[in-house]
Amino acid sequence: MTEAATELLTTADGRPLKEALATAQSRAKRRAFLLVLPLLVFVLLTFLVPIGYMLKRSVEHDGFSRSSPTLTQWFKENPEFDHMNPPEQAYAALVTDLAEMQATKNTGMAGTRINYTVPGSISLFKKGAREAAAMQPPFKGAMLALDPAWGAPELWYAMESASSELTTDFYKVAADRKLTETGWERGDDKQRIYLYLFFKTFVVSAIITVICLLLAFPVAHLLAILPMAKSSLLMILVLLPFWTSLLVRTTAWIALLQEQGIVNDALVGLGILADDNRLTMMYNMTGTIVAMTHVLLPFMILPLYSVMKVIPPSYARAARSLGATSWTTFRRVYLPQTLPGIAAGSLLVFILAVGYYITPALVGGADGQLISNLISFHMTKSNWSMAAALAAMLLAAILALYWIYDQLIGVDRLKLG
Amino acid sequence: MADTFKNDAFVAFEHVQKSYDGVTLVVKDLNLAIAKGEFLTMLGPSGSGKTTCLMMLAGFETATSGEIKLDGRPINQVPPHKRGIGMVFQNYALFPHMTVGENLSFPLEVRGMSKSDRETKVKHALDMVQMYSFINRRPAQLSGGQQQRIALARALVFDPSLVLMDEPLGALDKQLREHMQFEIKHLHERLGITVVYVTHDQGEALTMSDRVAVFNDGRIQQLAPPADLYERPENSFVAQFIGENNKLLGTIEGLNGDKALVRLATGELIDATAVNAKEKGGKTLVSIRPERVEFKPEMMPPGAHMIDAEVQEIIYMGDILRVVLRVAGSDGFVMKMRNTLGQTRLSQGQKIKVGWHPQDARALDPM
Ligand SMILES: Nc1ncnc2c1ncn2[C@@H]1O[C@H](COP(=O)(O)OP(=O)(O)OP(=O)(O)O)[C@@H](O)[C@H]1O
Ligand SMILES: [Mg+2]
Repeated sequence: MTEAATELLTTADGRPLKEALATAQSRAKRRAFLLVLPLLVFVLLTFLVPIGYMLKRSVEHDGFSRSSPTLTQWFKENPEFDHMNPPEQAYAALVTDLAEMQATKNTGMAGTRINYTVPGSISLFKKGAREAAAMQPPFKGAMLALDPAWGAPELWYAMESASSELTTDFYKVAADRKLTETGWERGDDKQRIYLYLFFKTFVVSAIITVICLLLAFPVAHLLAILPMAKSSLLMILVLLPFWTSLLVRTTAWIALLQEQGIVNDALVGLGILADDNRLTMMYNMTGTIVAMTHVLLPFMILPLYSVMKVIPPSYARAARSLGATSWTTFRRVYLPQTLPGIAAGSLLVFILAVGYYITPALVGGADGQLISNLISFHMTKSNWSMAAALAAMLLAAILALYWIYDQLIGVDRLKLG
Repeated sequence: MADTFKNDAFVAFEHVQKSYDGVTLVVKDLNLAIAKGEFLTMLGPSGSGKTTCLMMLAGFETATSGEIKLDGRPINQVPPHKRGIGMVFQNYALFPHMTVGENLSFPLEVRGMSKSDRETKVKHALDMVQMYSFINRRPAQLSGGQQQRIALARALVFDPSLVLMDEPLGALDKQLREHMQFEIKHLHERLGITVVYVTHDQGEALTMSDRVAVFNDGRIQQLAPPADLYERPENSFVAQFIGENNKLLGTIEGLNGDKALVRLATGELIDATAVNAKEKGGKTLVSIRPERVEFKPEMMPPGAHMIDAEVQEIIYMGDILRVVLRVAGSDGFVMKMRNTLGQTRLSQGQKIKVGWHPQDARALDPM
């Protein structure tokens, strides 16, 4: 019997069975591949290519290297120069490039690139370029006389780094590192705005996720156990936010929560609050959390509902008949079975919250801004590389979370609907 | 007599009514007393209220009116987890996120039993259904029949004196179902528990039960041991529902004690036993079991009326031959003939005379 099993099986026309199976299946596989091809192309063009382009932008910037060929060349030949005290040849190269920039009107581009790592460089470059053509050697003395900032070691570090098209400078800035006299260093605590904002974004997203979960759980349960007619009505109420413009919803929250808004008016009217002591619930973190919880709630309700709907009521009944109180039944029997829904909803809400932009921009004020608002800020200022570096870090953080999630709960247990 | 029985009944439904929507009664005036150690089956067509009764007993539905007593105490106000009733569900309801062992351990844990006691009891219960080797499996890794046994073991592991089963074998194939019927019956006898069993399979009800309650339309139509139910149905519904049945519509010509003379639609007179045929001149439905119909004159009891019949169809079934006849103007009258060596062979279209013992013809309500 075992011998027969190890023997090579063949089909009726004598081909090995495995080979015949592979040919038969490959045809089906090819057809299946052709079916998904349009989608694949679509995803490639609209998703993977832009992300790849974004990642490329985050490590590539030729604003300085392109407009400063002479200095770039000099940096290449003198990798070991003293940043504290660059030699005359370096200044000569710099002046040549600055004069050229003035002629070709490229000063802004080069200055902006250096400005990322050494703030204030744009005006420095503009001034230098204006004077460069008329400058006489020794150039070192002339430049330093024009502005002593031209001797700053961090400027030379910055220019050296920017002379290469590929750079990690943007990631360093996004990680709150600063150029100092001795090179890159950790910024002091007060200036670590990016990491602080990342941290804040994750904390706020976690808070929103937890609030969403607490609010969504009973609603989803109700949806799952109500008779069809009532649950459809409730479902419409749940989906209503999806059918209303985000702006309308956000404006409604502003009307409700602002200092002269309905909620404050009501509290003052009821005598709970003094008129001069109105609550600030808008244009700060509270506003952001409230409005985002509202916007993201359906994304928690729907996965929970889809899981709860298929849990037969007989499980709870069985548990009760076996002697469990309703609380034990919930904790030991119902809750564990809703875990895939909780996990899916939480992951969805958290990831959406981390990248959310419009709501905090509208209702967040200064205090309620999240990392995506900063990314958008850099985009509006055309700091594409900076925006790309921040976005890439966000993407990496989310992928890391996803990985942790997979390790802890398992992606295969995810149930989105 | 009935009252003394009720007083020491283990489970008692007293004038129980149930309505879900406030418009229709799903259970109409249910009175039922179940003795300790009895195996009682609720049998009836779909929607007749069997599950509803079981759910009221288990505490998942409240009786709209009337009282349910367990061991003499009213339990209308007792929550389900305090009733101590074991329950087996049609879909087994084994907790999918727990292993077999954890499933069985659950009722013991919530009762605060120590770990070692729990292990002994779980092992004992699993041994009882020969499933101990599956203790670490999850329900999804078991076949339907195996899940069924685990569900049974879980309902028994905390030693309830009353176990409810709602179509527990409904999802199994015929062979496995028969095997499980035997095992459940065996466990019932061995453990001395009281079982209330719901099914709409009459074969199951007849083979397993001490008594069967036939439900229809929210009422118990008849409550009797299986043999009585089959041989002495009290109304047309029970006669129709249990086993195969021939019915002849007629008018009561004469009533004498429990003897009735019935005139059929085509004018023939037959003798019958009056069961719930109320008055002379009233309509009645005479019920005769196919295996009690005879066609050989020498087998006929004295005094029995003979009646003309025409053979419409003969169906060969191996052990028996089913002969479908046209009798008294109506088609589909069935007679069963044993398939013996010397048996007379009938042919289609043949005219014969059939008859039966008046005791086997039961004059019932016309439905
Ligand atoms: N939760 C409920 N809400 C409203 N009506 C119900 C509910 N449960 C059952 N019913 C109705 O009550 C009647 C009896 O139902 P029940 O489930 O008791 O029948 P059953 O005898 O168990 O039938 P089956 O053999 O199909 O299981 C049916 O008409 C059913 O539609
Ligand atoms: Mg039922």
